[in-house]
Amino acid sequence: MFYRENGQFKTTYAADQQIFAIAQDRWAILALIAFAFIGVPMLADEYLFRAIFIPFLILALAAVGVNILVGYCGQISLGSGAFMAVGAYAAYNTFVRIEGMPLLLALLSGGFFATLVGIFFGIPSLRVKGLYLAVATLAAQFFCDWAFLRIGWFTHGNPSGSVSVSNLQVFGLPVESPLQKYLFCLALLVLFALLAKNLVRSAIGREWMAIRDMDVAAAVIGIRPMYAKLSAFAVSSFIIGVAGALWGFVHLGAWEPAAFSVDRSFQLLFMVIIGGLGSIMGSFFGAAFIVVLPIVLNQLLPALGSLVGVEISTAAISHTEFMVFGALIVWFLIVEPHGLAKLWSIGKQKLRLWPFPH
Amino acid sequence: MAFFLETLLNGLMAGMLYSLVALGFVLIFKASGVFNFAQGAMVLFAALAMARFAEWIPQWTGIESRWLANTVAFVLAGAVMFVVAWLVERLVLRHLVNQEAATLLMATLGITYFMEGLGQTLFGSDIYKIDIGMPKEPIFAFESVFEGGILINQEDLIAAAIAAVLVAGLSVFFQKTATGRALRAVADDHQAAQSIGIPLNRIWVIVWCVAGVVALVAGMIWGSKLGVQFSLATVALRALPVIILGGLTSVPGAIIGGLIIGVGEKLSEVYLGPFVGGGIEIWFAYMLALVFLLFRPQGLFGEKIIDRV
Repeated sequence: MFYRENGQFKTTYAADQQIFAIAQDRWAILALIAFAFIGVPMLADEYLFRAIFIPFLILALAAVGVNILVGYCGQISLGSGAFMAVGAYAAYNTFVRIEGMPLLLALLSGGFFATLVGIFFGIPSLRVKGLYLAVATLAAQFFCDWAFLRIGWFTHGNPSGSVSVSNLQVFGLPVESPLQKYLFCLALLVLFALLAKNLVRSAIGREWMAIRDMDVAAAVIGIRPMYAKLSAFAVSSFIIGVAGALWGFVHLGAWEPAAFSVDRSFQLLFMVIIGGLGSIMGSFFGAAFIVVLPIVLNQLLPALGSLVGVEISTAAISHTEFMVFGALIVWFLIVEPHGLAKLWSIGKQKLRLWPFPH
Repeated sequence: MAFFLETLLNGLMAGMLYSLVALGFVLIFKASGVFNFAQGAMVLFAALAMARFAEWIPQWTGIESRWLANTVAFVLAGAVMFVVAWLVERLVLRHLVNQEAATLLMATLGITYFMEGLGQTLFGSDIYKIDIGMPKEPIFAFESVFEGGILINQEDLIAAAIAAVLVAGLSVFFQKTATGRALRAVADDHQAAQSIGIPLNRIWVIVWCVAGVVALVAGMIWGSKLGVQFSLATVALRALPVIILGGLTSVPGAIIGGLIIGVGEKLSEVYLGPFVGGGIEIWFAYMLALVFLLFRPQGLFGEKIIDRV
C-alpha cells in the first residue's frame, strides 16, 4: 500500500539511474542516516558505542571492501585480515614518523599501502582460481602476521609488535570520546559505502561481475581479466586497509598483530556470505549479525543457565558460545544460502504487493 | 652434509604428518566437492576423544593393560567419528547440495566452530597426553658413513611407518573393494554415479567416516608428539599449502605435496631463517605452494582445469 512506485515517473536519464529509484527507499535511507547521526547519539550510552556501534561501523566498512572482491569480482580471499593489518600499521607509521600528519591523511595512506600489498597478492589470481586462490591468499595473511611480529621497523622497534596511538584529531576536533569516535566512523562509512555503491554500478563494476560470472566468457567479449581482477583487489584492499587503520586507531587505540589474525579474515568472509554476496546492503547486515551475535550469546547463556538453575563456568560459556555460533552459521547457510540481503529483497518484493496481492 | 641430511630427514618425517592431515581434505573434496575446513577440528576432536577414553577406560572397567586400553579407546574414538560423519551428512551436507564452493566452505567453518566447542565441552580443555608407547629416544644411523651419524627420532620413524601403512590401506580400499570403486565413481562424476544407482548420501557418510579415521590417526600421532590441546586444530592451516601444492583432487598429490612442504619448511627454517629473524616456517610453506601454483594452477597432480564458455 505504502511501498509502491506507482505515479513516480522518470523523465530524465539521471532520474532513471539513481541508486534508490523508489522515493520511499530514498526517504527511508535518508531517515536512517539522519537517525544514525542524530538519534543514536541521543539514545545510546557509552557501552553500546564501545561494544557494538563502533566495531559494527568499522567491520561493516571492511565487509564492504571484502564484498567488492568476493561478492562482485568472485575472487575468494582469506587475506582480508592481512590487508587490515597493513592498513593499520602503514597508517601508524605515517602518523608517527611524519611530524604533524593529519589523521585523515594517515588513514588514507594506510589504505594506499594496503592497496599496494593487495595488488601484489592479487597477482596469483591471474593464474589461480576458486579454492586454490582462497588458500593462496592465506599466504598474505601468514606473511603479514610474521612481518609485523618480526620486522621491528614496522612497529617502531616495539617488541611483540604492539603499538599505540593517542591524541587523535580531525580538522582540530578531537576524536577521543566514544561519541566522537562513533560519528567519525559513521561519516567515513557513509562516504565509502556511497562510493562503493556507485563503483559497482559503473562500467568497472559490471566488468567485475562479468569476471565473476564466467571469466573466460568475459575475456572473449573484451574485458581485460588482469585489469578487472587487479582493480577489484586494489579497490577492495584500499577500503579494507582504511577499515583496518580505523580498527587500530579508533577502536583499539593500542594493538598488536594478533588483532588482525586469520580469524579476522574468516570473520569478514562470514559477514559477507551471511550478509549476501554481491550486495553492499548485505555487508551491513552481515557485520551487524557477526558483531551482535557473540554479545547476545554472552549475555543470554548465563541468564539461561541461571533460569534452569545451573551455574555455568566461564569456560563452558565460551565453549557453548562457539557451538551456538557455529550451529547458527550452518543453519543460516542452509535456510538462506544467498544471505540476509536476499531475505531483505524478498521482503521488499512482498511489501510492494501488500496488502492486495492481486 | 650429515646436518643437511638430518634436516632433510626431519623434513620428510614432518611432511609425512602433514600428508596425513592433507589426506583427509583430499578424500572429502574428491567425493563431495566440499573443501572441508573442519578437518583440523576433526583432528582435535578425534585426538581429544582418544586421549580421554584412554584415560577413562581403566577407571571404568579396571583394564590394566595400556595396550588394551589404547585399542579400546581407538575403537571408541573411531565410533565417535562415525557418529560425527553421519550427523554432518544428515544435518549439513544434505541440505547444501549444489551450493557454491564458498558457501560450502563457510558451512565447514561453522562445523569447525561447533566441533571445537563441543569437543572441549565433552572432553575438557586442558592439555592431555596420548601415550601409545612410542619410544622417545633418538637413534643414530649411518654412523659408518658420517662422523657421529645422523640423529633420527624413533618416534618420527614409527609415525611415518603408520602413515605409510594407512596410505597403503586406503589405496587398497579404494582400488579393490566395491565401496572403494563406488567412491571413485562419485569422485569422477556425481551425476553419472548417481544415475547408475550409487547412493550419494551413503557415499558421503562413508567418505566423511574415512576422513574421520584419518583424522583420528593424525590426531593420535600429533597428540602423542605434542600433547592434545586446542592448538592441534590449527594443524589444518599447516596442511593447506600441502593440498594446493599436490592438487585438491589427488591422493598421491597429498603425500608428495606433504613431503615437499615438510622438507621445504625445515630447510628454509634452518638455512634461510637466521637471515630474516626466524619463524618463517608457516608462510614459507604457503609461498612455496604459490610458486608451484603459478606454473601449475591445478597443483602438481590435480585434474587439469578446462574452461568452456
